[in-house]
Amino acid sequence: MKRRTRFALVVLGLLAALALLAPWITPFSPEHLDWQHLASPPQFEGSHWLGTDRLGRDLFARSMQAMRVSLLIGVLAALVSVCIGVAWGATAGYLGGRIDDAMMRFVDIVYALPYVFIVIILASLFERGSIAALFIAIGAVGWLTMARIVRGQTLSLRRREFIDAAIASGLQTPQILWRHIVPNVAGPVIAYATLTIPQMILFESFLSFLGLGVQEPFASLGSLINEGAQEMESSAWMLLVPATLLTAMLIAFNLLGDGLRATLESRDD
Amino acid sequence: MLAYALRRIAGLIPTLFVLVSLSFFIIRLAPGGPFDQEQALPPAVRSNLDAAYGLDRPLVSQYGRYLAGVVQGDLGPSFRYKDFRVTELIASGLPLSLTIGLAAAVLAFLIGVPLGALAAWRANSLLDHALMSVSMLAVVLPAFVVGPLLALVFGIYWPIFRVAGYEPGELSFLVLPVITLALPVAAYVARLMRNSLQEVLRANFIRTARAKGLSSRAVFLRHALRPALIPVVSYLGPAIAFVITGSLVVESVFGLPGSGRFLVQGAINRDYPLVMGMILVYGVVTLVCNLIADLLYGWLDPRVRFT
Repeated sequence: MKRRTRFALVVLGLLAALALLAPWITPFSPEHLDWQHLASPPQFEGSHWLGTDRLGRDLFARSMQAMRVSLLIGVLAALVSVCIGVAWGATAGYLGGRIDDAMMRFVDIVYALPYVFIVIILASLFERGSIAALFIAIGAVGWLTMARIVRGQTLSLRRREFIDAAIASGLQTPQILWRHIVPNVAGPVIAYATLTIPQMILFESFLSFLGLGVQEPFASLGSLINEGAQEMESSAWMLLVPATLLTAMLIAFNLLGDGLRATLESRDD
Repeated sequence: MLAYALRRIAGLIPTLFVLVSLSFFIIRLAPGGPFDQEQALPPAVRSNLDAAYGLDRPLVSQYGRYLAGVVQGDLGPSFRYKDFRVTELIASGLPLSLTIGLAAAVLAFLIGVPLGALAAWRANSLLDHALMSVSMLAVVLPAFVVGPLLALVFGIYWPIFRVAGYEPGELSFLVLPVITLALPVAAYVARLMRNSLQEVLRANFIRTARAKGLSSRAVFLRHALRPALIPVVSYLGPAIAFVITGSLVVESVFGLPGSGRFLVQGAINRDYPLVMGMILVYGVVTLVCNLIADLLYGWLDPRVRFT
């Protein structure tokens, strides 16, 4: 494993641990309003390490809660998109012919549209602010590339002898897909899924930034950046804290995904 | 070539039909309607409103009426902006959005292509590594992080550009939005250009050009650049889509009166015709840009035949 990949793993581990353990690290709850410290800047000796927002809520507690939401939605949405993408791609690639043409044509059409629009339509389908609705909506548009990758792999797997053997031994198509195709595409799927997580986190933050995602009193890094951007003239830290956290997380996930992909590619050669 | 272009344009029609139909039916599944308020409307008022907007008819008949309107260029009335047609609303913001988007796309290619070429020319040098690291950062960072940061640095701490209180025609407001939008695209283009040049430089025809005694500068400029542009041009379509999507954020960060806000406001207010209209208009813009990119692609790469 390259040094960069290991570094990314360490950073992600630290961020995740910090986010999960935050309630035991800081005495403040993310919703606690501290009237004595409204919009106070970061101070390392005092109790609000990263400062507070306009309502006196501790920014450390709030950003950690936001990271938990972002990570949760990112991972779950990536899972949704992996499930749809693998099922779609494996079915299209294995069945081939007209069904394959129609299924991939659909992917092409959806691909041609900016996906943010589809996310916005899907997000407006559900009750606003529901986290389940958010990750389903985001995951439901993230599967297109995954479907293409899996279909490509399946096309070449389909011609291999072990598939013929499986057909000859009388297995049903769904069983062949599940038992023989899916395990064999797992490598590229895992590598690409790691690259999907930051995209999903980005979508979630984007929707929350626009006010269509996570709703108050919950925070997401996107909604914190939006709040911070409105106050940046007087209190730049409200913008800088969530922006730095989001940046660190995105870079770490991308390095990790690139590293995994490179490892897999070199193994295949 | 012309026949090919016409056939491709005809091919857009089914895609647009799918788009309009999908957005029409999906959006009707949404809970809550455009006239839901904190206090429920009296039933009589409610049924009058529904009748006025044709919402009391069967879904299929509403769909037929909407399609008939779209064909004639009418996207229906807005539910929230009273007395405005969706077409008028979008037309009021679209020129600004398109200006920003196009300027960003052009700027991105103008910066990205030379920088990528420079990185490939000096491959594995310090310059190359520096450029590629910066571009990785720029690709990863979203516009809603870069935009506010640029506004903070160049609008507030060091007030070179104006960032609040947009006045039409004042270019100083548009510089930072365009840079914000262009940055990730420029970075991605630079990476594409570098990798594609590296590949082209290993091709046989480059060895031939070297073998016949051309200087490496001449080989680079006259033989390698044009074929290396092919993947870059094929990125043009996705880049435009990206820029259009990004303009939603940039308009909201910098408070510009483009058309992006109608999509967000429409989704929040459940103003169905406005959301559907925005999706249709932006969908057409994206598809047309993809088409132009495909045609350019064929012009650059003679191996692609228009059949």
